[in-house]
Order: sequence, then C-alpha cells, then structure tokens
Amino acid sequence: MKLLRLTATATLTALALTACGGEKIGETPAAGGSAPAQDCGAFNLAVNPWVGYEANAAVIAYVAEKNLGCKVTKKDLKEEIAWQGFGTGEVDAIVENWGHDDLRKKYIDEQKTAVAAGETGNKGVIGWYVAPWMAAQYPDITDWNNLNKYAEQFKTSESGDKGQLLDGDPSFVTNDEALVKNLKLNYKVVYAGSEAALITAFRQSEAKKTPLIGYFYEPQWFLSELKLVKINLPKYETGCDADAAKIACDYPEYVLDKIVSKKFADANGPAYKLVKAFTWTNDDQNLVAKYISEDKLSADDAAKKWVEANPDKVKAWLAQ
Amino acid sequence: MPSLVKDRRRLNRPVLVGAVLAAWVLIWIPTRGLDTLGLSPADLTPLHHWLNDVNDTVGANRNSSPFFLYFVNEIRAAVDSFVTFLQDLIAQPSYGRPVPVLGWLGVVAVVAYLSWAFAGWKPAVLAAAGFVFFGLQGLWEESMDTLALTLGAVVISLLIGIPLGIWAGLSDRFHRLVTPVLDFMQTMPTFVYLAPLTLLFLIGPASATIATLIYAMPPAIRLTAHGIRSVPRSAVEATESLGATGWQKLTGVLLPLSKRTIVLGVNQTIMAALSMVTIAALIDAPGLGKTVIKALQTLDVGTAFNAGLAIVVMAVVLDRVTTAAGDRARRTGRPSRFRRPLLAVFAVAAGVCCYLSYTYFWAAEFPDDVSIGSDLSKGADAVARWAQEDLSTATEALKNAVTYALLNPLEALLVQSPWWLVGAVAVLLAVLLGGVRAAITTAVCVALLIGAGLWQDSMTTLAMTIVATVMVMLLGVLFGVWMGRNRLADRIVRPVLDAGQTMPAFVYLVPFLALFSATRFTAIVAAVVFAAPVAIKIVADGVRAIPAATAEAATAAGSSAWQMITKVQLPMARSSLTLAANQGLIYVLSMVVVGGLVGAGALGYDVVAGFSQGQLYGKGLAAGAAIVVLGIMLDRIARASSPSKGSNHP
Repeated sequence: MKLLRLTATATLTALALTACGGEKIGETPAAGGSAPAQDCGAFNLAVNPWVGYEANAAVIAYVAEKNLGCKVTKKDLKEEIAWQGFGTGEVDAIVENWGHDDLRKKYIDEQKTAVAAGETGNKGVIGWYVAPWMAAQYPDITDWNNLNKYAEQFKTSESGDKGQLLDGDPSFVTNDEALVKNLKLNYKVVYAGSEAALITAFRQSEAKKTPLIGYFYEPQWFLSELKLVKINLPKYETGCDADAAKIACDYPEYVLDKIVSKKFADANGPAYKLVKAFTWTNDDQNLVAKYISEDKLSADDAAKKWVEANPDKVKAWLAQ
Repeated sequence: MPSLVKDRRRLNRPVLVGAVLAAWVLIWIPTRGLDTLGLSPADLTPLHHWLNDVNDTVGANRNSSPFFLYFVNEIRAAVDSFVTFLQDLIAQPSYGRPVPVLGWLGVVAVVAYLSWAFAGWKPAVLAAAGFVFFGLQGLWEESMDTLALTLGAVVISLLIGIPLGIWAGLSDRFHRLVTPVLDFMQTMPTFVYLAPLTLLFLIGPASATIATLIYAMPPAIRLTAHGIRSVPRSAVEATESLGATGWQKLTGVLLPLSKRTIVLGVNQTIMAALSMVTIAALIDAPGLGKTVIKALQTLDVGTAFNAGLAIVVMAVVLDRVTTAAGDRARRTGRPSRFRRPLLAVFAVAAGVCCYLSYTYFWAAEFPDDVSIGSDLSKGADAVARWAQEDLSTATEALKNAVTYALLNPLEALLVQSPWWLVGAVAVLLAVLLGGVRAAITTAVCVALLIGAGLWQDSMTTLAMTIVATVMVMLLGVLFGVWMGRNRLADRIVRPVLDAGQTMPAFVYLVPFLALFSATRFTAIVAAVVFAAPVAIKIVADGVRAIPAATAEAATAAGSSAWQMITKVQLPMARSSLTLAANQGLIYVLSMVVVGGLVGAGALGYDVVAGFSQGQLYGKGLAAGAAIVVLGIMLDRIARASSPSKGSNHP
C-alpha cells in the first residue's frame, strides 16, 4: 500500500504543478497569419530525391508560401511516381525534369495529364569523369582516344581483365554499354546502383589516389566538394543517338525543365504563374544545394538565405 | 523406416552429390560461354514490353474504371482516414491545434502504462526510457509519425491476418493454398510494387500503409496457423468428446493454447513493419524513413545514423514489450493483490499526463534544448570517417580475397555454364537431396527463370546469395554456439544483433561503400549484416534447448569443450541449424535489392532500375519475380533435404 500512496501523492503533485504550469495551447493566436491575403490555395510540389532538385523546390516553395500565401505541400517522390501523380491529382508540379522522353510521351502526349512549363535555366551535363588528381597526373586521359592506354589501371575485382567503368545511378539513362562497344574500349561497365555509391567511389578515389573512371553529371552538389574532370567523348551531334545500339557519341546537353499537371496549368493560379516564371542559373542552384548539403541548413532556411540575397530575381518571377 | 535404407542413403548421398558437382565442372570446361542467355541491362524481352503495356493500361484507366471508383478508392479512403487519425492523435498538428492531441508526456505515459499492464515493470521502464530517448534525439515528431504508420499497418495486418491464420490453422487445404502466397509476399521486393501501389492507392499514407502491410502480414498468418496446428491433439479430442461446437473448440481450447505463438506473430509483424520504414519513405511515407533517405542524398552518415538509431530503439522497445507480454500470457500464476488498485491508480496518472500534454505546451512539444541528436550524429560521423580512412586498405584486401577465391570462381561456373547444364545439375541435386517432388519444383523454377528472360542475371545473383548464405552460417554457428553456451555473451551480443536486424541498410551503405567500394562483395556484406543475426539467434536457442542432463552426462564422461560442441551440441541442434540456414537464405534474398544499390548488379540492379525508369518497369517486375523464384527453389530443396521435416506438426 506504500507504493499506492506514493503514486497517489505523485499524481496530486503533478496536478498541483499544472496550476502554475506554463503556456496553454490555444491561448496564443495561431502563427503564420501574416501572409498576404491572396487566393493561392493548395500547391502540391513533388520533391525528387536529389539535392539540386530540392534546391529548386525549396526556393519555389518558400516564395509561394511567403509572397503568395499558398499552402505548399512537398511530397518526396521518385520521378516515375511524381509523373504518375499528375493523373491522379496528387502532384501539381515537378520543377527539375531531366529529359525523360518516355514519360513525356506517356503523360503529355498520350494521357494528356501533364504539360511542360518552360525551362529552369539549368543545363544538365552527363558524361564520364575522373577525380582531379588523375587528370593532373595523366593530363591526356581526358581524351577518349587514350582511354585504352589506362584500362589496365582501372581494373577491379568486378571488371575481370578489363578496366572498370563505374556506372549507374539507375535513375539516369545510360548509353555506356553501347559506347564502350562502339568506341572499342577495353572496359567493362559495372553498375554501382546509386548516387551514393558513385559519390563515395569518387571521394575514395581522390582520398586514396586510386584510379577510378565513372559516370556522373552536373549540376550536382558534390562537384563543389570535388571538382571532377570530364572526359571528352566524340562530340554530340543531333541524331547521333538515334539508334541506341549504335551510339558512339557523347551525351547531349540536357535542358532541364518544369512539368506541371494539366489541371494546375488550366487553373492558371498564382502558384502556376510562379512555377512557369521560375528560372535561375547553375550557380544559383549550386549555391542553394551547398547550403543544404554542406552547411546542413534546412531546405526552408537555405531558400530564405538565397531569396533574401537575390530579391531582384524573385521580383522578376513574380512580376510576370 | 528400416535403418539399412537410411544408412545406405546417408552413405551414398554425399558421394553422388560430389559426383554431380564434379561432372558439372568437367562439362563446364568445354561448354563455357555457350547458351548463357545473357541480357544487357538496357535490353528488354517481349515479356518485359508486355508488362510495361499492362502497367500503362492500368494507369490510363485509373480514373474511369468502376473497379477503381467503387472498390480501390473506398479501401484507400478507409486506410487513409485511419492512419491520418493516428497521426492526428500523436504526431501531427490537428483539429486546428498547433500540436497533436497527445503530446510527448501523454504518449510516454500511455506507452509506459500499457507496457506495465501487459508486460511488467521492466518493459515499462524500458519503453518510457526509449520514448524519451526519441525526444532527446530531436526526432519526436518523426518517431511518432513512424509509430502511427507502423501501428496502422500492424492493426490492419492483425485484423486480416489473425482470422486468415485461424482458417489456415484449421484447414489443411487453405494452408497449402496460402503458403506460397505468403512466400511471395515476403520475398517479392518492395521496389517492384511501390509504383503500382501508388497508382492504385495514390500517393499518401494509404499507399505507404498498404506497402508495409503486404510485407508485415505474413508472419501474423503463419504464426497464428502454426500456433493452432501445434495444439496437442489430446486437448482437442478431450473437448470434442465433451461435445463442444466448433466455436467453443476454437475459443475454449485452440486460441488459449496457441496464445503465445500468436503473440509471437504479433511481435514479428511489428518487426517486419518497422523494417519497411525507409522504403515506404520513397513514396512519401512520413517519419524517420524520410530523415534517413534525405540524409543519404548528401551522404550525411551521422544524421542517417541518428534516425536509424531511433528505428532500432523503437524496434527493441516494441520487441521486448510484446515478448514479455507473450511470456506473461503463458504464465498462469495468480496476480498480486495490489494489481487491481495499481491498475486504477496508474490509469489515473496516465490520464493526468494525457490531460497535461493536451493542455500545456511544455508537455506537448518535447523541449528542444536538451537534444543529444547532434552529438550522436557527430559521433557516428567521426567513427565512419575513421573507418573509411584507416580501415579501407585492410578491407579492400579482404574484399579481394573473398572475391577472387570464392565469388569469382563460383560465379564463373554458374554464369558461364550453358543454361541446360545448370538446370540439369539443379534438378539432379534436387532429386538426390529432396526427392521427386523437389525435382519437379526445381524444374519449374528453372523454366520460370528462363521465361523471365533473366537467366544470366539470376545466376549472378545466385552466386552472391550462396556466398552470403555460407558466411551467414559460419557466423551463425560461431556466435550461436558461443551464445548458447554462455549467458553473459548472449546478453552482450543480443542487442547488437537486434540493431543489425532493424538498422535500415541505407544508414550503413555509405560507410560500407567506402570500405569495400561499389562491388558485389559490399552487397554480400550488407546481406550478412542483416541475415546473420537471425541465424545466430536460432542456433543459440537450439544449443540452449539441449537438455541439461545430456550436457552433464557428456561432461561426466570427460568430454572437452571442443568434443562437447562437435559431438553433442551441434548434432543435437541439427534441426536448428537447418532452420537457421533456411531463414538466413530468405533474409539474404530480401537484401538482393539493397545489394543492387551498392554494386551487386544483376537482379538487384534490374529491380532498382525498373523502379526508377518507366521503360524498364516490366524488366524490374520480372527481376522481382525471379528473386521470388530463386527463393522458392532454394527453400524447397533445402526443406526437402532437412531431416526434421514435418517434426513441428504432431
């Protein structure tokens, strides 16, 4: 019974504490009511899983919330699923799209649930890269003609008697098997399988001075940590990638763009106008991406920092 | 069975198996490279194209088909509102309030109260400490989102799973029917059905919950059925002779006597649900999984570790509480006379805490000035960096040794052999080890792998799976025997095993990649980390279950420790070893997709790429099915060859 009494006392003490106990919920007015009274409504923004995209989304969401008074819901989704969301009404906008001709065909041309909403201003580059120390030590490695000379160095436990070409963030289209074959390179494509795997591999390559050649792309936050050097493959010309099996040229430059749902575009609300007007440079994106990845700011804080430093650009988007 | 036959079989079997393997190698030498049925990662077969088309058709008809409008949408709405309700209750600002209905104090109080009432003092203290720890980590809201989603999935799993389990326990026919379906649900990689699920159930809590429960429901069904089947015949016959109706038999005998196994099923369902947290985050499931995935994008090991640790703690708390509740369900001692009044008093105390956390900010929002989350992150970062910089030379050597000595030769044999050779060897081995039935299953599985168009990738994955399973069993025997013989070792190692089982792989992928590069070996190591704990636990339990009298007799006869292990403990724990190998294999297969993210290539990569690129969807689906087929094939051969088959069923 002693225990019982103890508990009862504890309960009473707790009750007594509440008498003097702190701020009550519901007493203070709800925060965030200061946004301009504009009829923006709900805005469902897809966030694809890479930092560059997150930078675009962060800034757009920040401006939409603060300047337009939208109720922004960010949804963390892979590209495929985000596109799917246009049809089901779960997603309003994708704000960094890398090509994806198959998805364009399916959702814009066939199902007619999505429409393009202009370029983001960012240019996407895909290609083969080496760590800076390699380019410094073997300057001629950046010419693809010399790659076979170095194949021996790139041998790993995965590539047998050939050099290893580390490929494969599975989200990106790769022509590398065809390239290796058609350029008669003595390499084997090894599929790393994720962006994390590629970045870790390049990091270790630089830190340990071990040879590595692999598939990478920009804009990418990692390049501000380690400036990878691109290999020059035979120049891209329109149509040289028409037949997938015969590709023997570099990747085209991707013009990154925005895709929105048909409904969202037809409603033509303030959030749509903002998405359509949004455009910035690779440097802008890299800066915000750096805030997020290296300085570890939250997406919102990173956006705030950039928006406050670039009022003119934001004003230009809103003016349209 | 006449002992003569048995002896002959035992003598001949290894010789014949050896002969088959030797013949394989001999035929391999002249035929290598023939008919290997390779398919490069970007190439598709007609089957893959057809699967793509099916997917597109479903998507195009999503908004017009009555099946969706009146059936799928209703399910979605019900699941959505249930999970959203749970989130409103404990995780998200709701009902016009800036905070959820129950704040941290209320949740901690309720969890502690329930743990105490169902499991006892110790689990209650552990539960309260664990939940406060989430707050200290700075992850209160994320943890509660995860808890809400997990609870939602578990409740629905049990509502459906336990009745189905009872049915499977009572009806042999239904049991036979449902077992392969459950195998399928547990081994089909989640990546394969995430995208179709969001197409069916849209993006949101409903899809995430359903993805989770597909994986989490099978243990509930299996263990309920197993519990009911294990009720002694005599008990059932006794009630039958008293003229009990079916319902009386069920509620009076079968359910009470299988209560403990059913609670184990609940426990396993919770664990399975928690293991889906990170994957469900890929379709916008709220909670800790998102933190892990976000951290992975910037290779932020520390933050990922902090969130992963919260998942581990949640798993350990829920595991210990449900296990203790299960043990109590078995005990039939009289409760102490204080129990009733204490129940009431603590209920009032918990109620007060709930009221406080409903009313006051200090009890609703976890104070953020006492966070230890960033220290944990920094510590994990430092350890990871040290390992990457100082250990990676040694680990590279280890990787190369295993790859060149074991993996590459095995893979060469499997991948470069003509398909008909591997198929013939597999069927012959199945005949020798299991018998005609196993051989038929194997033949069908070989045909399915070829039909899926992914024969060569399947063989590459099979080679990795075999190496990983061998490593799992080595660890399983080594640590299992040690833990089985030594209580202290058990107590020290067990939490590490729990962490290995529940820490999301995404947390340790980056350090592993640094240590072992993007290679097949990294995939194997990740699989071993996940699968070895299960094998170790099963072996340890098996060793411990050996009657003390046997061990004493051996000691009295002057056995050394080594003789004791090799002559008494391992032979007597043989059925546990078989079970450990079986479970180890299934767990290894469930990591094939994670392996695809770190350089394993083959089926794992096919699945990942299928999830990421629309035109590869069909191929990813076929690859997922191939993983299931591999699992069924290996499992059936192993099960048919196990000496203890059927011993669980009286």
